[in-house]
Amino acid sequence: MNRALRLLRRRAIGSIIVLLIVVVLTFLLLEAAAGDAVDAYLLSIGGGDAAIARSLRAAYGLDRSMPARLWLHLSSLARLDLGWSVAFDRPVRDLILERLPNTLLLMGSATALSFAAGSALGILAGAKPGSGRDRLLSTLSLILYAIPGFWLGLVLSIVFAVQLRWLPTSGIETIASGRTGLSRAADIAAHLVLPVGTLALVYMALFLRVMRAAMAEVWRLDFVLFARSKGLSRARIVLRHVARNALLPLVTMLGLQSAAMLGGSVVIESIFAIPGFGRLAQEAVSGRDTALLTGIIVTSAVLVILVNLAVDIVYAALDPRVGASERGA
Amino acid sequence: MRTVRTLLRTPEGAIGLGLLAVLALVALLAPVLSPGDPLRIAGRALIAPFTDPAFPLGTDRLGRDVLAGIVHGARTSLAVGLAAALAALAIGLCVGLAAGFAGGIVDEALMRVTDAFQIVPSFLLALAFVSVVGASAPVVVLAIALGAWADPARLTRAQVLSVRERDYVAAARVIGMHPAEIAVREILPNVLPPVLALSAIIVAAAILTEAALSFLGLGDPNIVTWGSMIAEGRNVLRSAPFLSIFPGLALVATVVGVYLLSEGLGKALADGREA
Repeated sequence: MNRALRLLRRRAIGSIIVLLIVVVLTFLLLEAAAGDAVDAYLLSIGGGDAAIARSLRAAYGLDRSMPARLWLHLSSLARLDLGWSVAFDRPVRDLILERLPNTLLLMGSATALSFAAGSALGILAGAKPGSGRDRLLSTLSLILYAIPGFWLGLVLSIVFAVQLRWLPTSGIETIASGRTGLSRAADIAAHLVLPVGTLALVYMALFLRVMRAAMAEVWRLDFVLFARSKGLSRARIVLRHVARNALLPLVTMLGLQSAAMLGGSVVIESIFAIPGFGRLAQEAVSGRDTALLTGIIVTSAVLVILVNLAVDIVYAALDPRVGASERGA
Repeated sequence: MRTVRTLLRTPEGAIGLGLLAVLALVALLAPVLSPGDPLRIAGRALIAPFTDPAFPLGTDRLGRDVLAGIVHGARTSLAVGLAAALAALAIGLCVGLAAGFAGGIVDEALMRVTDAFQIVPSFLLALAFVSVVGASAPVVVLAIALGAWADPARLTRAQVLSVRERDYVAAARVIGMHPAEIAVREILPNVLPPVLALSAIIVAAAILTEAALSFLGLGDPNIVTWGSMIAEGRNVLRSAPFLSIFPGLALVATVVGVYLLSEGLGKALADGREA
């Protein structure tokens, strides 16, 4: 455990530096936008004179020099203050905290489902590389992985929601249904089937391919030859020796994919009208709300860092070699 | 040349190359295949596909020819995808080479910036970039490249670090070759292949990102794209689902073509090494 903690501490320090770079770069990018929050606000209330704009800028510190504003931005972030959303007229932090659970529920279910199904199918394909079953699964996963998630979501909703009417087309739950407890949970689950299914299908294809490729690598290693020469049954070799060692790259992939998954939530949430984090990003863009956009980018960076830290811990637990050489570092 | 022949012998390579060749031909010949502006109103609105020989794939809500849109959309998809991937590879190679050669504090700083770009979801970055700078084709290309250069940069740096320690590099140093000459003549040619092998994945991802951006209405409004056609068809999804389905199929065919070609190339290169 000591080993994992030391690794964790080292990673955490590195992550803070990287996060700082993210914050400064985001600030500079959005600084380049035409007009500031005061312009956007005045536009939203129907205009105002130069005196109001001046006093508002002074109140929010927007009249200061760029480095001073960057410092203001950094110090408010350090107090976990993400600023004020002009488009929603609410604190950015409240908005993000309100939307995040929906996205985490969506991502979490899709990740769990795709990881389980993808690794299982990957084992089926990788059990005998080059076999007919392997070729079929590999081809199917290649096609599936080439399908854009937003289009797959549309096609699935045409089939299951519009034609068959089995599932609701959009939203996270039936509005004003007055449901509580289990009935509400069932309602939310029914709304999540299509978006989760869409995301899970695409990522399942990825996990299948990674698992299959990793297994093909492990098959070549000496200890597998040894296990075969010992006369172990094929099923035992596949599951205990090959698949188990091939799981490590899959765990790495999980961390690498977390950023792509968060980005992908924008289109999926837009298609299924789920009031989540990704949809908030789209609303920030259409509302020209730079404070909200900054908050979303910084929050997503923090999320990705946390996921990768978790992956590092899992990895260290799975592979005793990790961090073992860093003793005393 | 031998690689190409081996490539054509693998089923993946042959199918992938075929698919992409057809698409490239369609993209190049778009003005001949369907002359005129694909965004103009060409006929009656919402003609069903396969009913009117003048509009084989039907028309959309405004009476625009769907086939013309798909033909011209191939141009956008391929051009933006290739340009974005080229830009990403160029940035990635420069950063990776600089970090690998310079070492020390420069390396550390460049790699932390690369980390930062890997940690921010590239789609969010593209979204923010396009919304700040304004939607036009070059901006979309740059926005996609910004989110895609980190992987090639990391790989280039790792390659440089491993190649610069090899014996032939040491030998070049011993015979008094200039460091710049070593970099260009000895190291770069050995760094490139694995990075280029990554390029197919980057092209595919760039095509998908472009489609997603224009699906959300953040593409160049004056150019027809498959993503914007899918978004446009969404308005009449219940009555005319084909408007969203056809451009999506074109998108899938393109990306499958890129993936197959990359698999075939991988196999052909592996065969070449073994032979």
